[in-house]
Formats: sequence, C-alpha cells, structure tokens
Amino acid sequence: MSYNINSKGYYGSFGGAYIPEMLLHNIEELNDNYLKIINDQSFLKEFNELLKDYVGRPSPLYFSKNLSRKYSAKIYLKREDLNHTGSHKINNTIGQILLAKRLKKSRIIAETGAGQHGVATATVCALMGLKCIVYMGATDIKRQSPNVARMKMLGAEVISVTSGSSTLKDATNEAMRDWINNPIDTHYIVGSVVGPHPFPDMVARFQSVISKEIKEQLMQVEGRDYPDYLVACVGGGSNAAGTFYDYLDDKRVKIICVEASGKGINSGKSAATTKLGKLGIIHGSKTLLMQTDDGQITEPYSISAGLDYPGIGPMHANLFTSNRGQFISIDDDGAMAAGLMLSQTEGIIPAIETAHAFAIFENKKFKPKDVVVVNLSGRGDKDLENYTDYFKI
Amino acid sequence: MNRIKKKLKQSEDILSIYFTVGFPCLNDTVQIIKKLDASKVDMIELGLPFSDPLADGQTIQNSSKIALANGMSTQLLFEQLIDIRNHTDIPLIIMGYFNPIFQYGIDLFCKKCKEVGIDGLIIPDLPPEIYISDYKFFFQQNNLINIFLITPQTSEDRIRYIDSISDGFIYMVSSSSITGGENNFNKKNIDYFKRIKNLKLKTPKIIGFGISNRETFLTVNKYANGSIIGSAFIKHIQKNGISSIRSFVKGITS
Repeated sequence: MSYNINSKGYYGSFGGAYIPEMLLHNIEELNDNYLKIINDQSFLKEFNELLKDYVGRPSPLYFSKNLSRKYSAKIYLKREDLNHTGSHKINNTIGQILLAKRLKKSRIIAETGAGQHGVATATVCALMGLKCIVYMGATDIKRQSPNVARMKMLGAEVISVTSGSSTLKDATNEAMRDWINNPIDTHYIVGSVVGPHPFPDMVARFQSVISKEIKEQLMQVEGRDYPDYLVACVGGGSNAAGTFYDYLDDKRVKIICVEASGKGINSGKSAATTKLGKLGIIHGSKTLLMQTDDGQITEPYSISAGLDYPGIGPMHANLFTSNRGQFISIDDDGAMAAGLMLSQTEGIIPAIETAHAFAIFENKKFKPKDVVVVNLSGRGDKDLENYTDYFKI
Repeated sequence: MNRIKKKLKQSEDILSIYFTVGFPCLNDTVQIIKKLDASKVDMIELGLPFSDPLADGQTIQNSSKIALANGMSTQLLFEQLIDIRNHTDIPLIIMGYFNPIFQYGIDLFCKKCKEVGIDGLIIPDLPPEIYISDYKFFFQQNNLINIFLITPQTSEDRIRYIDSISDGFIYMVSSSSITGGENNFNKKNIDYFKRIKNLKLKTPKIIGFGISNRETFLTVNKYANGSIIGSAFIKHIQKNGISSIRSFVKGITS
C-alpha cells in the first residue's frame, strides 16, 4: 500500500473532489492537464531554473550543533526560511504560475492566512506580469501587517474577508467564490495541500523538491539518504507534504506532524484537527475537520495565522488514521517559547508556524544517534511584533 | 407519483421559491411554507443553512449565518416539518451542502425526508458521479429525486449524461456566478438558454441564480419550464417580514 495518492484522487479514503458543478470546468481543466504539463521537459527546465536562480535553491540542510547538544540528537534544519520571500510557499507558487501560463490564464487569485502564500503568489505574478488578487481574513490582515504591505508593494490587490471568523477558512471560501464567478480567465493558486483533487497532489509535487534535496544532502553528510525522523508543522500541510514526499513509503523514516492546539485542546480555542476533528467535507475535500455534531465547520484558533485552519490535507488525514505519522499538538505558549529558544540558541528567528515544530523537543526524547530533520519552513520577520508583544521585549 | 414530477406534468412557468430555514426567526419555516402555498407558488426549496456556503453570495451567506445563530439544525428542520403534509401538497425540496447531510448520515437523512414528505434534494457539492456510485440507493429507496445542476460551462456530453441520470428537473444555473446576482440577462445568457433549449433534453429544466423580478422571470420562462428565486425573496422577507410574502409573489407572477 502506498501513502501517496491513488489514481482516483484519494489518499486511502481521504481526498476526492466534492465540488459544485460551477467549479467543475476549472477543476477538470486542471485535472486533464496538470500531469502532462508538469512532467513536460520545457516546464521542468523553467521550473528548476527559477527554483535555483530566483528562489535560491537548494536550501541548505544545516546541522544545528547547539540544538543537537541541547536535546542530544543529531538535529538538522532544512532552511526553507532562506528561500526568496521567506518560506517554502514560493516552491508551489512558481510551479503553479508556470502551469497557469501554459493554461493561458491572465488572472490569478489566492487565499492566504499568515500572508506567506499571498506574498509568494504576489511575487510570481509580478515576475510573470499577471494580475493578482489575494483574499485574506480581516483578522489576519491585522496580525500579519508586514506581509500585507509586501503584497501591495508587489502590485497585488488584497481583499479583506469579513465572513465567518475572518481567517484562512473564510479567505478560502471567498477565493472559491471568485473562481466560480470567473471560470475562464482565472487560475486559483491554492496555497496548501488542501481543496479538491488535483490540488493536494499538485501542491505536494511542487513542494516535493524539499524531500528530494534532503535525500541528496543527507547522503553527503551522513552517508545515507534517509533520516530517522522528519518533523514539520501542519496547518493545511504543504511544508510537511514536501518534507515527507519522497519518504512516504520508506518505513525506516518516522514522520512527526506538529499541529497547533492554540490555547489548549479542550479550551474551545484550538486548531488541533486530528484531536478535535472527524471525517467530513471541507473546501471540496473529504478529510478530517473540526465541526459540530450538526456538520457545521467550527472556527479554529491559533496564535499563528498559518496554522489557523479547521482541516488538514487528505494526505495527512491518511497518515494520521493509518498511524504512519505521529501527530503532536503544541499550544501557543509552547510555540512562542520555542521561537524564542531557536532565536537565542541558533540565531534564527522562525515564523510562529514553524516554531511549533521546534517545541516538540521539550517532551519528545530522541536517541543521541537519531538523525532528526526539522523543516524550518519560514522565517519570523512577519511575526516580530507578535513576539515582542508576547515577551514584552 | 412524486410531487415534483406531477407538478411538472401539470404546469408550465413554474415558480420555485428558495428560502433559508430558521430565518428570519427559528420557527418561521412552516409559516413561510403555508404562505408560499397560499400565494400559489409551485414549488419550495428549503435551504438547510451551512457555515461555509461556497456557492452562495452575501444574501444567502447572511441568512444562513442568522439561521445558525438562531439555533437551526438538520434535526430541528425534520421536527418542524413533522405534520407539514397535513397542510399542503406543494412539492418540497431540501437544498443543502453535503457536510451537514453527511454528518446526519445519508441513509437516515433520506429516511427522515420520506417520513416528513420531502420530494427531492439538491446537494450542490455532491457530484453526480459520487452520488451514483455511493448514495443513489438511499434516494431511490425513499422516493427522493436528486436534482443535478448544469452551468454555461457544462459541456454538451456532460449535459447529455446529466439528462440521462436525471429525474424531475435539471437545475440550470443561469450564469457563471454565485447566487444573488441581480443584473438583467444579456445576450450571452440568452444564447446559453437557447443552446440548451435546442438540445431537446428529456428532463424539464428550471433556471436559477440571478432571477430577481418579474422581468427576469418572464425571460427565463421562454426557454425553460420555470425559475427559482432565492436571494431576492430572502431580501424581501428580511426587509418586509413574512406577512408580505403574498405581495412578493404577486409582483413576480402577475
């Protein structure tokens, strides 16, 4: 059995395309073309060149001496924070903008939570000269203002979404409505491994460059191309999907997904989907999601805007229910403390999303010989105000 | 015979009204049905509110939000409808997103529909292919018609496929948009209506999305068996209260 997608667009029993007829044309067009386009030689050439010269790949795999000493394990950091625009999100937007051009689309829409995906989308739209509209929850616009300014600077139109809890879920709804209203000229650059098939698979493929590089880099420094553990934070799950991709079926590698439990799993203010969610349909995908007994999707909460999503991607739902992945939840305080710890131990200020992944070392014990690769998915510039307010620095 | 089929056999220029159950007040559902029936509306769609209505514009998003805040739920709808068939014979359709129905349990949901006298369902985010492979049995067992949608982007092959699996009517979405548009139909819309009319499908068609007044109602009736009005009706009762339902319907039909 493979943990990757099957021919029908499902990971185990999760995934599929539960979409209204109004979106079918767009989804079918993508589904009929995406594999053909992204496996085409001219596409791969352009994609790889941009990843190298524009994004700055490969991103380093940095052996963290200080963390390794502190937690007695061999801890490597996959430095996606060093990418152009400051996170892994650009890997996917480069891929999708090249795809959109080949589908002759002239208008790009996107949703964003923390603003990292919005910035990465605005960036590639500027590069390719395409019109860019980003939907962002009003709550997130307030807490991620540096990224809003960046998107505007890059020429994107940022539309404030005030429905629901005014966060990522609602921004995604609004982007989908836009796509229904614009079925011909518009491509929707979904930012995570969520949404109807083929988005989870397509985004995972674009992010899989992360695990491909880890393989090569580990081979050079460890003499073997696999780690004992891979660790990544999960909101929708795109940096995790990219980190795990080439190791999904390699059982020597243990997978750890880190969710945000907000103010605590039972506090009513949480985003720990595997602890609180059950099977349902969100944004066109059958997956685990947080909902009431009546099937109403509940408002998630996390201090990090990028993990503030009531579902997880279908790949991760399958990793969870099959026990292929271990899911650990970290609350706001744990994440903030880990963010400060990484800053002062290694001189790297991580995004608050990413900080969740580093918080597991407080409780999860490793053996000194264990090779642990943590995806340092984004940098913390955008979060400085949140950090300084929190720590009263 | 299923009431939807019977109605479509007997009448032309069908007027179907959509409203969100639990709105404006939690227990208005039965009153609204009775008033619509007394106003000689042909069919009623009961909109089951959902927290994340992807295909809906501001008006229905808002009425859904209010209905949920009022405490509306799937179970409560079935309780409200418990003796509705003692009062009216009008075809009743439940329109709702898939997740709340999925959580209730499709099997149980369909049984409950039959119990209270529902005639059909419209579940926009349950694609026909998944319906056929996983859920058709439950619908048929309970004499429920599942209504499918077509849009201006739907290919002729797919329209023919949907026609072949349809019973009752096909829900023809007037334009590429979410609900609640209020423009008059342009040449592009009319060309689409003509194109579909010329396909001479076996299943009757009812046009919805963007029909808000007598003018648009009369226009679409030239090309289809009737029309569905939702957002305009919800706006009207929000502003004028449910006592003014008769005057809204009169404004459309006469």
